[in-house]
Amino acid sequence: MKVIVNISLKEGVLDPEGQAIKTSLSNLGFENLNDVQTGKQIILNFKNLEEKEAVLETKKMCEDLLVNTVIEKYKINILRD
Amino acid sequence: MRSGVTIFPGSNCDRDIIVALKNITGKAPIKMWHKDIEFPNLDLIVIPGGFSFGDYLRCGALAARSPVIKSIKNHISRGGAVLGICNGFQILIEAGILPGSLIRNKKLLFTCRDTMLEIQDTIVSPFLSGLKKELHLNIPVAHNEGNFFASETLLNELKNDGRIAFKYIKEINNDIDYNPNGSSNDIAGILSKNGRVLGMMPHPERAINKLHGGTDGLKFLTKSFEQIIG
Amino acid sequence: MKILNQELYNINKNEYQAQQISTLVDAKGMGLTEDEFHLICKKIKKIPNKTELGIFSAMFSEHCSYKSSKKWLKTLPTIAKHVIQGPGENAGVIDIGDNLAAVFKIESHNHPSFIEPYQGAATGVGGILRDVFTMGARPIALLNALRFGSPTEPLTKHLVSGVVKGIGGYGNCIGIPTVGGETNFDQSYDGNILVNAMAVGLANKDRIFYSAATGSGNPVIYVGAKTGRDGIHGATMASTEFTDNSSEKRPTVQVGDPFTGKLLLEACLELMSTDAVLSIQDMGAAGLTSSSVEMASKGSLGMHLNLDLVPTREDKMTSYEIMLSESQERMLMILKPGSEEKAKLIFDKWDLDFAVIGEVTKTGRLILDKDGFEACNIPINPLVEDAPEYERPYEIIQNKNVIKINELKINYTVDEILAKIFQNPNISSKRWIWEQYDSSVMGDTISSNGKSDASVIKIHGTENSKSFGKGIAITTDCTPRYVKSDPINGGMQAVCEAARNVAASGAKPLAITNNLNFGNPEKKNIMGEIVGSIKGISKAASFLNTPIVSGNVSLYNETNGKGILPTPVIGMVGVIDEVENCLEMNAKENNTLVILGQSENFTEGWVGCSIYQEIENKIIDGAPPPVDLEKEKKIIEILLKLHTKKLLTAAHDISDGGLLTTTCEMLFKNNLGLNLNLPKSLLNSDGKDPILHSWCFGEDQGRIIVATEKIDKVKFFLENNSLDYFILGKTNASNNLNLNDMTTIYINDLKNSNEKTLPFIMGQHE
Repeated sequence: MKVIVNISLKEGVLDPEGQAIKTSLSNLGFENLNDVQTGKQIILNFKNLEEKEAVLETKKMCEDLLVNTVIEKYKINILRD
Repeated sequence: MRSGVTIFPGSNCDRDIIVALKNITGKAPIKMWHKDIEFPNLDLIVIPGGFSFGDYLRCGALAARSPVIKSIKNHISRGGAVLGICNGFQILIEAGILPGSLIRNKKLLFTCRDTMLEIQDTIVSPFLSGLKKELHLNIPVAHNEGNFFASETLLNELKNDGRIAFKYIKEINNDIDYNPNGSSNDIAGILSKNGRVLGMMPHPERAINKLHGGTDGLKFLTKSFEQIIG
Repeated sequence: MKILNQELYNINKNEYQAQQISTLVDAKGMGLTEDEFHLICKKIKKIPNKTELGIFSAMFSEHCSYKSSKKWLKTLPTIAKHVIQGPGENAGVIDIGDNLAAVFKIESHNHPSFIEPYQGAATGVGGILRDVFTMGARPIALLNALRFGSPTEPLTKHLVSGVVKGIGGYGNCIGIPTVGGETNFDQSYDGNILVNAMAVGLANKDRIFYSAATGSGNPVIYVGAKTGRDGIHGATMASTEFTDNSSEKRPTVQVGDPFTGKLLLEACLELMSTDAVLSIQDMGAAGLTSSSVEMASKGSLGMHLNLDLVPTREDKMTSYEIMLSESQERMLMILKPGSEEKAKLIFDKWDLDFAVIGEVTKTGRLILDKDGFEACNIPINPLVEDAPEYERPYEIIQNKNVIKINELKINYTVDEILAKIFQNPNISSKRWIWEQYDSSVMGDTISSNGKSDASVIKIHGTENSKSFGKGIAITTDCTPRYVKSDPINGGMQAVCEAARNVAASGAKPLAITNNLNFGNPEKKNIMGEIVGSIKGISKAASFLNTPIVSGNVSLYNETNGKGILPTPVIGMVGVIDEVENCLEMNAKENNTLVILGQSENFTEGWVGCSIYQEIENKIIDGAPPPVDLEKEKKIIEILLKLHTKKLLTAAHDISDGGLLTTTCEMLFKNNLGLNLNLPKSLLNSDGKDPILHSWCFGEDQGRIIVATEKIDKVKFFLENNSLDYFILGKTNASNNLNLNDMTTIYINDLKNSNEKTLPFIMGQHE
């Protein structure tokens, strides 16, 4: 079973990468943007594990390592086969 | 020699290569701002190192979509020479001018230090034809994404076509870390099919003064420039 | 308030609250005392609204007002013929000849780096660079003085890794070489690491820019990045009342953006090359508040700003938030009237915000408009003049107990101790760190990261047919264990070691920037450490004519009542006329090594507070080695004279680990050996002889080892100038150091263990 973690900056934290991408996109003529936000995705491929347990474990992984909880937030999604 | 140096927001080795070009050729290069498209005919365009657009998204990706890239492509199609150093190499790859990709250093750390380069047997290229093959060049690197990565097919093609310009090699007594970024086959620089575009991670412009980085960069640049105008 | 409450409330609930009358509870929540609150009401002749109170609280904070240390900072020597600008501006400025000026400052980002090491360190570097280029100087070098907790603590590894990546992340990207500094470990920093960043820039002497506002009616300009809610301090209403969505607590961490920093650097320098800029100030701590207040105050003028014109990144920011935001990469400028269009074109070119947000007035008041109403109207003087200045009680505790070598228990032989010294994280090679910094960008780095005792940068454009040009030598130094034992002595020692390091690289020491890092000043002994170090620094700096031209104070570095070792970091700058004459610390083959400042008769070294004492007896105790200022001055003068006569090939100051440690370090690079010449009385000592140990590892001050090919001339000169010296021997290619018949030290083994220590701590050894 795969669990997808989407990590992004908390609201209000400056996202310089998003801003630079937005400037470049508008230079290329894409003018219909308010804002660009960046983040990263981590896909965890679990061995045999109950869905509930996998989510719990992922949560712990996020708090312990995957996410810089000072400035980042995360969302956990399950990818069912 | 008529030369130009591109400047993107975030370029930071532009001054260094401008100084090198001026000292060696006696003539200052023109500065090519990333938004400009009209330039006189040039013999050589240098894309300098730095962090164009902050290295955001992917190194070189945003710069490779700038207006000035079109002028560089026209210059190449006219047979002009292009040297991409460090971020310049990354931009050439992102622009599709050179193949492969440059990924993060194997140790996931920015690395700034001297490296020893071995000159490879290549197709005819103004950047290498003036240099003796047995010469090794001591030139520094400073990057986070210099690990050249390509498919087996491409790596073989580059080798068989004589398009690998430099490899990192072990110095006598040197540690096992001679390859600073883990690049495939120790590749430090590659050439275009016509041999007139060179992308390289090491910074020759940081080795033009015996007090700062040695003079191997000076040797390399001087010979290159002679060949380009010759 | 000049409007109907309900009407304003409908426009913006939060802004309404920001303009509500404040209470004592609000004041306390913002870190003000009751006395301070009453003082404010009295001085402004009204009860401040919350925005006004926020502005006062920021200006009265320790960070802006230096209220605990101001009284003592005023006693530092700041004047000399070569000083162009002393403390009080964004950075200090000194004359280095040829119409050039060096502009430099050191600043701490300790607490933010502990919370979020990458961003904390990155924004620290960004902030100090802005301080330097605000003065009109192009930054040419960065250094960092770092202090971390015990290397065995798991958190330390995380902090080292993050701080180093953050420093590199900012410095490498903006393209300013990081050329040196220091990294030390001690468990006292477990809960409070120190990240002190120093930047040096270069300007034309007659093109320095200052922050004092000029000319009533002149436009006030905001440039750079947009304002977000970054860094607004936690204990305020902004974070408690204004976040409706409190499930995701808004972080107070500022995010560094070196890319925008680079654009701002280029845009500012481009604009400064025209005649448009009258004054300029970086928006650092307390952002728009401190920049506007300081500019107006220094010019004895007022300022009227419309906060609706401030470029913002987030919706519905209140006057309070806009004034207290610490978003990075922003500047406030006063322009010559009529030059706005020209200036805007430059900032447009670099894709940066540019906004005229108000004007200079002669009212002496800070008036702020928001949403069409007056959000603040207060006199500027009390914000600066009436900021509290405390005379905190202090007690300077000086340990006068001189530890003699025979009081120590001897456990190890000389070679075992050396092995332990070079495995000590504080002595070990910092290659793992400095390889992550771009030290060669800009093409002017002559010596970086320990190639010489101070880093040396060539001054671009000063080369001529005869010389590679002028150079600047830079170092940061402090030995906190000495300061802890005796703050006055420790303060002097830090200055003298810095001066020796500058001189040992071939340069003349000129001036200082200092970063005073201490614990809680409300404690008598901590305040004593502050006062004592300042006294020591003052004494040594006056004596050596190296005045303090800029600096920063960081207090309350304390967790659960446990303070850091007192760490007054000295950043020193010197100048070298012909940079090709820079001295390395690495000896060459067939060089004679000579100690300056020590005679053959000297045998018993100073072991109190030494690394040796710590290794042998697991404690650091007793009086630190005394400092003789006359001797320090003389040794620097003589070293520089010997060097001018081209008699030296290398020089290395004796500091941590003493004579033998320093000698070994000089042999490392070129794989050399040495038959060490011991004083006659020690010739028959065995490896555990206490006196031999103290001779090898004592940390007596005022000593430098030099290497020479012309020993006769050096001897002649030293004797003529009656300076004590002792010849250690001639280097050879053996790579072994023979102490006497009984002990051989394998230099290559020491070198290898020296290189491996830090990667091992960081878990990245091969």
